[in-house]
Amino acid sequence: MAGAVSALFLLDIKGRVLVWRDFRGDVTAIQAERFFTKLLDKEGDAEAYSPVVYDDAGVTYMFIQHNNVFLLTASRQNCNAASILLFLHRVVDVFKHYFEELEEESLRDNFVVVYELLDEMMDFGYPQYTEAKILSEFIKTDAYKMEVSQRPPMAVTNAVSWRSEGIRYKKNEVFLDVVESVNILVNSNGQIVRSDVVGALKMRTYLSGMPECKLGLNDKVLLEAQGRATKGKAIDLDDIKFHQCVRLARFENDRTISFIPPDGSFDLMTYRLSTQVKPLIWVEAQVEKHSRSRIEFMVKARSQFKERSTATNVEIEVPVPSDATNPNIRTSMGSAAYAPERDAMVWKIKSFPGGKEYMCRAEFSLPSITAEEAVPEKKAPIRVKFEIPYFTVSGIQVRYLKIIEKSGYQALPWVRYITMAGEYELRLL
Amino acid sequence: MSGHDSKYFSTTKKGEIPELKEELNSQYKDKRKDAVKKVIAAMTVGKDVSSLFTDVVNCMQTENLELKKLVYLYLINYAKSQPDLAILAVNTFVKDSQDPNPLIRALAVRTMGCIRVDKITEYLCDPLQRCLKDDDPYVRKTAAICVAKLYDINAELVEDRGFLEALKDLISDNNPMVVANAVAALAEIQESSARPIFEITSHTLTKLLTALNECTEWGQVFILDSLSRYKATDARDAENIVERVTPRLQHANCAVVLSAVKIILLQMELITSTDVVRNLCKKMAPPLVTLLSAEPEIQYVALRNINLIVQKRPTILAHEIKVFFCKYNDPIYVKMEKLEIMIKLASDRNIDQVLLEFKEYATEVDVDFVRKAVRAIGRCAIKLDRAAERCISVLLELIKIKVNYVVQEAIIVIKDIFRRYPNTYESIIATLCESLDNLDEPEAKASMIWIIGEYAERIDNADELLESFLESFPEEPALVQLQLLTATVKLFLKKPTEGPQQMIQAVLNNATVETDNPDLRDRAYIYWRLLSTDPEAAKDVVLAEKPVISDDSNQLDSSLLDELLANISTLSSVYHKPPEAFISRVKAAPRADDEEFADAGEAGYSESPSQGVDGASPSSSTGTSSNVPVKQPAAPAPIPDLLGDLMGLDNALVPVDEPTALSGPPLPVVLPSTTGQGLQISAQLVRRDGQIFYDISFENGTQSVLDGFMIQFNKNTFGLAAGGPLQVTPLQPGASARTLLPMVFSQNVSPGAPNSLLQVAVKNNQQPVWYFSDKGSLHVFFGEDGKMERTSFLEAWKSLPDDNEFSKEYPNSVINSIDATIENLAASNVFFIAKRKNANMDVLYLSAKIPRGIPFLIELTAAVGVPGAKCAVKTPNKEFVPLFFEAMEPLIK
Repeated sequence: MAGAVSALFLLDIKGRVLVWRDFRGDVTAIQAERFFTKLLDKEGDAEAYSPVVYDDAGVTYMFIQHNNVFLLTASRQNCNAASILLFLHRVVDVFKHYFEELEEESLRDNFVVVYELLDEMMDFGYPQYTEAKILSEFIKTDAYKMEVSQRPPMAVTNAVSWRSEGIRYKKNEVFLDVVESVNILVNSNGQIVRSDVVGALKMRTYLSGMPECKLGLNDKVLLEAQGRATKGKAIDLDDIKFHQCVRLARFENDRTISFIPPDGSFDLMTYRLSTQVKPLIWVEAQVEKHSRSRIEFMVKARSQFKERSTATNVEIEVPVPSDATNPNIRTSMGSAAYAPERDAMVWKIKSFPGGKEYMCRAEFSLPSITAEEAVPEKKAPIRVKFEIPYFTVSGIQVRYLKIIEKSGYQALPWVRYITMAGEYELRLL
Repeated sequence: MSGHDSKYFSTTKKGEIPELKEELNSQYKDKRKDAVKKVIAAMTVGKDVSSLFTDVVNCMQTENLELKKLVYLYLINYAKSQPDLAILAVNTFVKDSQDPNPLIRALAVRTMGCIRVDKITEYLCDPLQRCLKDDDPYVRKTAAICVAKLYDINAELVEDRGFLEALKDLISDNNPMVVANAVAALAEIQESSARPIFEITSHTLTKLLTALNECTEWGQVFILDSLSRYKATDARDAENIVERVTPRLQHANCAVVLSAVKIILLQMELITSTDVVRNLCKKMAPPLVTLLSAEPEIQYVALRNINLIVQKRPTILAHEIKVFFCKYNDPIYVKMEKLEIMIKLASDRNIDQVLLEFKEYATEVDVDFVRKAVRAIGRCAIKLDRAAERCISVLLELIKIKVNYVVQEAIIVIKDIFRRYPNTYESIIATLCESLDNLDEPEAKASMIWIIGEYAERIDNADELLESFLESFPEEPALVQLQLLTATVKLFLKKPTEGPQQMIQAVLNNATVETDNPDLRDRAYIYWRLLSTDPEAAKDVVLAEKPVISDDSNQLDSSLLDELLANISTLSSVYHKPPEAFISRVKAAPRADDEEFADAGEAGYSESPSQGVDGASPSSSTGTSSNVPVKQPAAPAPIPDLLGDLMGLDNALVPVDEPTALSGPPLPVVLPSTTGQGLQISAQLVRRDGQIFYDISFENGTQSVLDGFMIQFNKNTFGLAAGGPLQVTPLQPGASARTLLPMVFSQNVSPGAPNSLLQVAVKNNQQPVWYFSDKGSLHVFFGEDGKMERTSFLEAWKSLPDDNEFSKEYPNSVINSIDATIENLAASNVFFIAKRKNANMDVLYLSAKIPRGIPFLIELTAAVGVPGAKCAVKTPNKEFVPLFFEAMEPLIK
């Protein structure tokens, strides 16, 4: 069942090795480079390939892409694919923490640190440690800050591997953002095919010492178990995922969310809600093609939430044929423009209060000559982006956030709620 | 925090190496450090800076940790090319492993383990021993992995120095990360050893489950994956484990979640309470669904695994089909996998919605995806009979769009639908015929022709339609030609009028005289004979009722499925193949008893007198007085005599003599009696007199008589199949029987990378069907015709590109006598060609050949009496090389 990778490569956009770390001496850089460049040559587009590829010489390659860099592992064993691919994403996160952005340039500029980090993150092909914040306590970019008697932070091997001891803040504060993304798919008949809400509790902590935190939500299972009459709404979350700092066994026992948080920002938990949601913003488009010479759009957008809330930064992207020209667009609110690079018309509305309906009409010219055998048009859906502050679809509420540290300080928790569009797609007729 | 290391990549005008050498020996610390950075930069871009070895190593004794790390990095890269100089570094390593700073201690032992030079490895043992007992957990966790590194280089050393015991002790370490790394190391060592090294007892189980709660996410994955090898004692034990693992489903790390799912699914097999099982299924669904919100690469792995999970436990995700609907921006590899799962989850309840989705996908841009969507509609029609009509109407709508590849794909699936529901939907044939002219893909053409032939009596102008295809008969691909031939025969049998008769004559003439495709010619001759001797018989054969098909195109065999589920989240589950099918690593220490079997078998059989391989007289029984009784082998492959009795063809394959009791060396057990409910099967492939046999023995440990034994082989690399029925007399309780089953090579070759795995199904009248896999060795395939002439060997060696040359070391092989080795190899059909001496080494040149005429040119280098042999091989078919090396190992022992 066990398995590790043989080597880890960082490649440029053409598949040439920038930096690599050999763990087992059974896959060479030349071999990997030859394989991967051939793969890229074939399709020219890495997206066309599944991220797990087998070559004939018994080597499995797994890769992800970030900007103009590929991260690639080679393995001759039956290793854990999910773990390795996720590890590559974490490597990206660590590099981003160090160099702000991970790209070819930043790798070249920091190759010494890159080697050092790889050494610490993976040993003999086994993922070891990927907490960027703690790593930066003993691997620094500026070498001169490095003191000789540096020891590995306790956190590296501690049970609390995400937080170091001895953190001090003058003012102890916690910011908690409840962010919900609405994913929706409406088919061309106007039926909602799929809808779900993915929520995240994003935390930023500025707390001294080793604080014990306890978070209370209006969780139906918990409140019912405690036999409390549920004042207001209690909610039923489908699947909850916790940051590794949360004691999972404790949650399984009595639904208590208790943890010692990392320092700085992290996602405390994510959850999913698959109940049918009414589309917050409904968009309809009527498309009329006139005699091969022009095409007319009539787009209606309606907000279907309470009037006291307001959606901001609404952006509605309506696909238009790639050969359309001469746009003529009018809107009843906001502004709309033709974005030929996206084969779409983009309609932006800064502020969209609940219970309103706005219109947009557009006309484009089409070339009168078409190819004999028409290739099917790429059928993109209408896509919508928006944010609704002070509002959650699920009705989730933070009932309390208790912070106890042995020094006994008072900490201030700040909570904000926001809902935004995730993958919000309405297919055109 | 951005660096400016890129300046180290720039080169100067003066010679680079001399300048670096100078700087490395500078008296200033900073200058030396910069120089080392430049060296590493040069190394990174692939320049050879190994000539600076001594100068770089001189910088190793430094207090500066960063500089030390760089020098270590250099050493990892170049120690192999400068093994003698590498010794210079040993002292510093040993000293560093005792440094007061744990970072440096760990660094030293980690780096030493990466330097794969024997001389260094010897010195690694003492520091490693110390570090395994270090006070600092950071050092211990690094040392734990280092044991695995050492085992990879020198397994014996690890065992001799007691590192395995030390590693096992670390499982009880109080630090969770140390436990996790020790588990990873032990699991890897176990993987490459056949001896039980790492066995999880109930005691270790408790330790691991405790560490699980506290270690890092990666450590949790190591522990969960190693737990998947644990066999719970009973349902209670299993429930207990599940209870401890279930909280992991809430972990943010997808790999932790998938590994936890693996453990739960495995333990569920033992849990008897249906309530508990139902509850667990309910618990697993939401985390599995959430995996689809992960990064696309992770989604891909998750989807491949979910595909397996829904085959085993369809209820888990029965109500979640919507989450597998494709999003516009999903990468194509995610969409393809989602489609597979949608087909698996499609049911009468959700089919309407699913069809709407498929229809939507069928109008997308990516051609492969569109085709797959069209095919999916057809598969749903075959799977759900109540929805078939709706599926067909969607297909017809798609055909009307007149996008060429959509139409062709639709016709291919409609052919299958006709086969599934005969005489139901023929009314649509007219619509299909409208698209006739646009078909240009062989499979679509063949499907359309099949439909015309099959329903010739209902299509008024069937003869005209077929005739239009006949004009281009000689240019058509084989697939279409075969279909045309059969369809014309059908037409003729259904409408024996003048037109079809002329057509059939033209086709038969074309297919027998003008073609060099043996399949086509053979089929044409058979039809011809049938039609000319007995048209009624021809009708019975050609127009016979066909067995109804079902959609099992993507169902995995249940034993394979179980094996894959035990490998959830690993590459094996992504490929849907057992690990041995794609892993080239051979076990370091193969079981000694296995080899004995192979050797004894080989020696015992090579003595027996040769038997005439005579397929024409298969019924003559073996009267020879060989020391080992053998059955008459059948012909190696059925070569039908076209002019002979066609109907008698089947008999030619069946040896009808009585099975004889066989004795001989014991065979390896392939189906233990615990799995076979009392029936134990042992078997092995053997080669005798140019013929491959499956030497198989049955031991009846049940309480009843077992009879009616039958055997079947799954598709395999060599297309090996049974050459006749299995001859086993009814087995009394406690009795055993052994037989040699002649094997033939069929056309039924499994695609993909070659492997020596033989999947076998055996059944009898009393028990369920047993499936087992047998790993044969390639050497049974080495043919008697493998001997090459010296000159042709030389020519062949030269003509093959260097890319086709591979070599392997057999460190444990000792050759005591060259002549004995040659003899021994010849007995296994590895033929000696020439030898030469190179210093104290003997170099042998040998050749061998496997079926389909694939040759191996071998160069074997060894010193007499000294352990270690090197085998280099050249072959045009590289993919067989790992199997070849595996097969050679026992032969040169």
